[in-house]
Amino acid sequence: MSNPQQLRYSKEHEWLTAAEDGVSTVGITEHAANALGDVVFVDLPAVGSTVTAGETCGELESTKSVSDLYSPVSGEVTEVNEDVVADPSLVNSAPFEGGWLFKVRVTDEPADLLTADEYDAHTAG
Amino acid sequence: MSSTEPRRTALDALHRSLGATMTDFAGWDMPLRYGSERDEHNAVRNRAGLFDLSHMGEITVTGPQAAALLDHALVGNMSGVKEGRARYTMICRADGGILDDLIVYRLGGTEFMVVANASNAQTVLDALTERAAGFDAEVRDDRDAYALLAVQGPESPAILASLTDADLDGLKYYAGLPGTVAGVPALIARTGYTGEDGFELFVKPEHAVELWQALTKAGEEKGLVPCGLSCRDTLRLEAGMPLYGNELSTELTPFDAGLGRVVKFDKESDFVGRAALAEAAERAAAQPPRVLVGLVAEGRRVPRSGYAVVAGGEVIGRVTSGAPSPTLGKPIAMAYVDAAHAAPGTEGVAVDIRGSHEPYEVVALPFYKRQK
Repeated sequence: MSNPQQLRYSKEHEWLTAAEDGVSTVGITEHAANALGDVVFVDLPAVGSTVTAGETCGELESTKSVSDLYSPVSGEVTEVNEDVVADPSLVNSAPFEGGWLFKVRVTDEPADLLTADEYDAHTAG
Repeated sequence: MSSTEPRRTALDALHRSLGATMTDFAGWDMPLRYGSERDEHNAVRNRAGLFDLSHMGEITVTGPQAAALLDHALVGNMSGVKEGRARYTMICRADGGILDDLIVYRLGGTEFMVVANASNAQTVLDALTERAAGFDAEVRDDRDAYALLAVQGPESPAILASLTDADLDGLKYYAGLPGTVAGVPALIARTGYTGEDGFELFVKPEHAVELWQALTKAGEEKGLVPCGLSCRDTLRLEAGMPLYGNELSTELTPFDAGLGRVVKFDKESDFVGRAALAEAAERAAAQPPRVLVGLVAEGRRVPRSGYAVVAGGEVIGRVTSGAPSPTLGKPIAMAYVDAAHAAPGTEGVAVDIRGSHEPYEVVALPFYKRQK
């Protein structure tokens, strides 16, 4: 698997696009999706709600387990992916594209977000 | 090998070459899934799936008093099992608590193979060995003598038939016969844990790879896929089959688990647990314990083992197994609930999913029954 170079990553396995007009898109990585197995339910933060970097903002349920979704940055949620709510398998089939989770107007981001190469190294262990 | 080192089956390298996600299961490193566990599940329901179950624990009991020993050690009537047939049964403690659920194959007049869950194999071996005292019978640890491959699903008879001359049409559910599959000597059993027609093939470990490859090739056109333990769990859950550690434990008697039918009080000999089980049977009749029921979600959040079942603000039961059901397209669970709430269609039952009370429908088990 390859992690897109243009994205940045959290150690909790979320990815983040560079902000456009202050808004970044968030999803989980292919590594995380593979580890979860078939995702069957996603619980996303409400549009308009505030998320905080490093804190839980939703849940992902797979066949075997439920996992917390962490926000990689702080800000206000501007949009959630209704397609992935309707069809959670998008998280598995297109984690970096159609399986994106939510968009956030970034107010603050932690200094320790990873580049693609750093994330590769983080997950290689 | 240290005790913390996971055990690997004879098919380990093959699983890795297939890209399996491995998981620790009862000290064994086993395939959890190869790709999508939902696709694997659906393949078994609609076509066929191939499993490595070599972690299961085989124990051979032989000798003139082999049947008598098993009648004494287990709750079932083993001397009543015909040669070539198998029986689902349990081994209990003297206090009636379930040590394990088992399948026992009668291979001959004086030879039986007991198949225990991997997690309990040592316990079962120890108990049988201890209970064999005074019987003219030998209990042999054959865990390393067998690899176990299972072919499950509606296409499995056709796939297996292309590799063996054995009389599969004459092989009934819960029967087993020695034969040759793809040139490999095998005990061919028509058993499984998926709710589908299928076979379990006990072979020498050195033949496992050869047999796996032959089955893969024979099943190619029939849509057979390799399947991991993840889909095995959802398949057995849909079929309403209990899993030791979830629905069964030493804290429960077979009567508490709704499986009192496996206890045969009418057999000739005394057996370990008899007195306690007779009391448990009376107790269950007089004052029904919690009942094992099925729950089907109205929403999409998945109940997990240990979650509370609630009604009217009270905890009325506990989830033992839960998963998204690929066949129903909804989350399902098995749960022990108070008898007052156990009737199918009981209103107002919910599962406490991390603080949120999600409505669930009470249904009779199983969730899924194959069309014969």
